[in-house]
Amino acid sequence: MKLTQLLTTAALALGLATGAMAQDKLKVGFVYVGPVGDGGWTYEHDKGRQAIEAEFGDKVETVFVESVPEGPDAERVMTQMALDGAGLIFTTSFGYMDPTINVAAKFPDVKFEHATGYKRADNVSTYSARFYEGRAIQGHIAGNMTESNIVGYIGSYPIPEVIRGINSAFIHARKVNPDVEFKIVWAYTWFDPAKEADAAKVLIEQGADVILQHTDSTAPLAAAAEAGNIIGFGQASDMSEYADGPRVSSIIDDWAPYYIARTRAVMDGTWTSTDTWDGIGPGMVGIGEITDKVPAEVKAEALAMKDAIAAGEYHPFTGPLNKQDGSVWLAEGEVADDGTLLGMDFYVEGIEGTIPN
Amino acid sequence: MDLSSINPVLLLASLMVAATPLLLAAVGELVVEKAGVLNLGVEGMMITGAICGFAIAVNTGDPLLGVLAAAGGGAVLALLFALLTQLALANQVASGLGLTLFGLGLSALIGQGYQGVRPPSFPRLNIPGLSDMPVLGRILFSHDLMVYLGLLIVTAVWFMLKYTRAGLILRAVGENHEAAHALGYKVKRIRIMAILFGGACAGMGGAYISLIRVPQWTEGMTAGIGWIALALVVFASWKPWRVLLGAYLFGGVTVIQLNLQAAGVAIPVEYLAMSPYLITILVLVIMSADKSRAPASLGRVFHASR
Repeated sequence: MKLTQLLTTAALALGLATGAMAQDKLKVGFVYVGPVGDGGWTYEHDKGRQAIEAEFGDKVETVFVESVPEGPDAERVMTQMALDGAGLIFTTSFGYMDPTINVAAKFPDVKFEHATGYKRADNVSTYSARFYEGRAIQGHIAGNMTESNIVGYIGSYPIPEVIRGINSAFIHARKVNPDVEFKIVWAYTWFDPAKEADAAKVLIEQGADVILQHTDSTAPLAAAAEAGNIIGFGQASDMSEYADGPRVSSIIDDWAPYYIARTRAVMDGTWTSTDTWDGIGPGMVGIGEITDKVPAEVKAEALAMKDAIAAGEYHPFTGPLNKQDGSVWLAEGEVADDGTLLGMDFYVEGIEGTIPN
Repeated sequence: MDLSSINPVLLLASLMVAATPLLLAAVGELVVEKAGVLNLGVEGMMITGAICGFAIAVNTGDPLLGVLAAAGGGAVLALLFALLTQLALANQVASGLGLTLFGLGLSALIGQGYQGVRPPSFPRLNIPGLSDMPVLGRILFSHDLMVYLGLLIVTAVWFMLKYTRAGLILRAVGENHEAAHALGYKVKRIRIMAILFGGACAGMGGAYISLIRVPQWTEGMTAGIGWIALALVVFASWKPWRVLLGAYLFGGVTVIQLNLQAAGVAIPVEYLAMSPYLITILVLVIMSADKSRAPASLGRVFHASR
């Protein structure tokens, strides 16, 4: 993987030579954690990049580097992009947080946008989507549809975003099915189709008939399709190619409007460091079509929940809710505040197992 | 914690599946290195094999043809490496790294339009009687053919290297290419054949991932298995049986740790996640305490002028 970047860096360096004559164009850079063809997370970010090109045409130039590991390599790629004349750089994975802050300090005139993180600076904004709103709907469908009462969950890394998703899905699965149990497997990768498929197979072997994933590729759905009689959900992207198989719905990240707005802000000179966290209401999180495999009344309930969340009438984390150890987290009717959600490092009552540190 | 939810029969069966791509790629690379050539392009050949196999299997509907195409695709890419390093006398490390880059890009290009396509499913071995046996039947006799092919190749490589004249010549070329040349062996021809064999094996390993283990096509889906295969050859001290052991250990621990996680065993997940790497390296390093070493001409350029 390192080599991909070496070559890309070389390509970027070449670009540097030609960059001078295109000063009037805004160069927008993207750093991706997986390949643009992963069918999930990175695929959606790249759709956002293409939307920028479609919107602004000749006035922008976009560049991207894919499959950049989270760590020192990311810093090198970002530095190269900044040296190459990028005026706005989107870094699209949680693990790019510190590299983004470090590089941003060296290039005060370049604007940075970091996805899913919480560290900001004068030239670093953060943005994320309230994926947990979609997880609530998934949990509702999963709890209703499981027959073995075992839901398998493939986690990537134990970071607040992923834990939030697990909690949200679990709360809503339990609500409709008090016997439901979650089996959670941590893959420790965002993108490794073989490992993701292995994890899905293991969960299926251990009795799960619903697979929820928080990794980037469509591999868990492929494994579910192979096993038969298993349902799953598209993650980050619609993954509709599995709609006549295991996929019954999906959470779709729609970054395009945000990317276009931020690019325009840089062009107008109105860009400031902000913290954006949007959900179903503003359209950053979409719910993919719920297929006919889902019973009509469950589908109707799920859509009603979606509308309630979008309208701000319902918050997926509404009390009474206890933490895993039984202590009270939210009292009756109380709603979780964003600070707690952003730093979430505990399971809610009923989930078994401990969160890795 | 509920260990009873782990089914040991299914566990052993999926262990073999998880180990096979690594095994195929590593045993191919072992032959290449035994001939004195270091091909760092395993990852590139695997991913190329993965998409070639996938595309042909989808278009013809025959997964076995897909495997053949994967072997062909891997070998064609390896041929490029052979031309560069054996005829143009290019640096092997640089050429191998280049091959990986090229393979990743080429596969992404070929793979356009194959995302989300479901490949024809692979036939499983079904021997009446044997495959129906209660426990052993599922573990040993109900896999797809590729699992057995992998084992067969390892056995054949071991036998060839140890007991045949061809194996002796291959090793001679890898240990001291000038002496082999002086004896009248065609060093370049032998090396090119070894490189092609390595490419074909890596290609099949890749196709195993895209056709059987996952099964689907995703860009970059080998996600570093080629590099693990390269490391495995070194840690296995260039011995086929140790490659087999290492591949099964790695695949096995990977699957076991996922099983333990799903069963909620109270071992910190961080340790479980790193265990495949740790255990495999540990076991093989301890085993290689004997005086096994790399082929003496490994990575050195040969030219008949000397």
